[in-house]
Amino acid sequence: MKAAQRHWWLRHSSRLGIYLALLAASAFYLLPVYVLVVTSLKSYAEANLAGMWHLPSAPSLESFLRAFEQLRPHFRNSFYLTIPATLLSSLLGSVNGYVLSKWRFRGSEVLFPIMLFGMFIPYQSILIPLVQVLQRVNEMAEALWVPAALRGLVPGYGSIAGLAFVHIVYGIPITTLIFRNYYATVPNELVEAAKIDGANIFKVYRWVLFPLSMPAFAVVMIWQFTSIWNEFLFALVLTQNPAIRPVTVALYNLAGSYIVEWNVQMAGALLAAMPTLLVYIFLGRFFMRGLLAGALKG
Amino acid sequence: MRRLSWDRIISILLILPSILAIAIFVYGFIAWSGWVSLSNWDGLRPDLSWAGFVNYAKLFATPRFQIDIRNTVVFTTFFLGACIFLGLGIAILLDQGIRGENFFRSLFLFPMAISFIVTGVTWRWLLAPGDPATGRLTGINVLLGNLGLPLSRWYTDPTVVYIQPTSAVGQFLQQVGLGFLTTPNFGIPLAMFSIVIAATWQMSGYVMAMYLAGLRGIPEELREAARVDGASEWQVYRHIVFPLLRPVTLSVVIVLGHISLKIFDLVAAMSKKGPGFATDVPAYFMFETTFQGDHYSQGASIAIFLLVTVSLLVVPYLIYSTRREAEV
Repeated sequence: MKAAQRHWWLRHSSRLGIYLALLAASAFYLLPVYVLVVTSLKSYAEANLAGMWHLPSAPSLESFLRAFEQLRPHFRNSFYLTIPATLLSSLLGSVNGYVLSKWRFRGSEVLFPIMLFGMFIPYQSILIPLVQVLQRVNEMAEALWVPAALRGLVPGYGSIAGLAFVHIVYGIPITTLIFRNYYATVPNELVEAAKIDGANIFKVYRWVLFPLSMPAFAVVMIWQFTSIWNEFLFALVLTQNPAIRPVTVALYNLAGSYIVEWNVQMAGALLAAMPTLLVYIFLGRFFMRGLLAGALKG
Repeated sequence: MRRLSWDRIISILLILPSILAIAIFVYGFIAWSGWVSLSNWDGLRPDLSWAGFVNYAKLFATPRFQIDIRNTVVFTTFFLGACIFLGLGIAILLDQGIRGENFFRSLFLFPMAISFIVTGVTWRWLLAPGDPATGRLTGINVLLGNLGLPLSRWYTDPTVVYIQPTSAVGQFLQQVGLGFLTTPNFGIPLAMFSIVIAATWQMSGYVMAMYLAGLRGIPEELREAARVDGASEWQVYRHIVFPLLRPVTLSVVIVLGHISLKIFDLVAAMSKKGPGFATDVPAYFMFETTFQGDHYSQGASIAIFLLVTVSLLVVPYLIYSTRREAEV
């Protein structure tokens, strides 16, 4: 009886220890969230100095309104950038993954890791030529008399289309990787059977692979949406014109100016994080899979 | 038969644009950057005349760059250490069949969905030190002060901890010809810990998820068999679980390592180069040199240095995983 009691206590105290440790870890992860929320609900006078841990005495949404006022055009830019770039790069990745898994050719096994290398490089190492080439694209558009109405679609330097184009190009490795690994799990017999029935390469894709692709599309689209929305270096270097800056650069500039109060900065940070956070909250399952695919497990 | 070869041609045509894009935008541009780094291009006007390795010689002789290398080593060491410790620790706790596992897992992973800029802006406010001299504290320092704990100047701290030449260890090192170790270039800049904390906050959940997936891949029978043989819980981990998690640790080191080597966003948003370059990193130095200073060839040399360090880490791993896949 005594031994049993001691056993019970041991088992339960170690359980308790586990929960306490997890709660302590939770506090670390939630600390910034607490400060973000509390600070952005405060007025400027209250948001300063020693009182930053206190709850707001009179919670108001004023900081959010002021942050949103400043960030609104940049939110629009980010959506204009992220949505088309996500859709196009997912389609491209799907086609690449299809070819590399079901239409392998001599050398495709060597080609694949050579493509993958592109997702690890520090983008600083391609930034100087990239700026030059995109500037050249603008000059070409000018020389070719591209009508003003279509200028927005020219993927040149200092335009949202240019930035989207860059994200599509440098998104090729990761999107191809995820689709290729996903299609590798689709039995080749299905493809062979369709071919025997007379389906060509497009029909096999359209009627066999594509209908099975929705989970992979979900993973890739969520991955691309999150990374393009959060991206900073390309956005910073390729957008000299303040009017077309995405929200990460706008937040960076907002936080960099000393005139802007902390409460507005925190509200701005919370707003900028909101779209990807919502995606994470509602579609976290797919987000996880993208993350683990990024670790490249063969 | 003819149809099949027609499909074959189309399959090549479908992937050709991507191959060309990667060939030009990755490999072509890297070569182009390499060329710029060997040129005389200094200023807004492109000048691709041959300079040789002058830019690299100049770079390695630049004190700021030497400090950057030190900072990268310090940051990578502590960032990887903290992430693996926290990530593995939490993964083991979550693997004990606890209640609310999904909730905790989502909680620890959510920072991964956020931009480094948001993280940087938030932690800059959290770690704003206030003024410890007058007692007007801000951020984490308020909590530390209330608990009677020592305060830190966080990312505003210019202190570099290194082996003093006058200390016993320092004198010994000088006698055996290792006197260069007793300089700040082989020290630890305290400000860097602020970046480590923010980066760990963002990335450790990812490490947790990877280890948790690894733990779930270990058959329960293996552990049970060891327990039947009389192994204690610690011995089960020491001799069964940890060795089986080694491939996960390899992935973690590669993924976090290459992120750490090229870290830019977080530093830019939090502290920039910091006092006495205490939080400066090569990627930020490259950005300032190239796009604010217009020293293009010098900037390109930093970029190529970054690329080489990342490649040393990633290329063997890519070859290794391709081979392993070919075997399967």
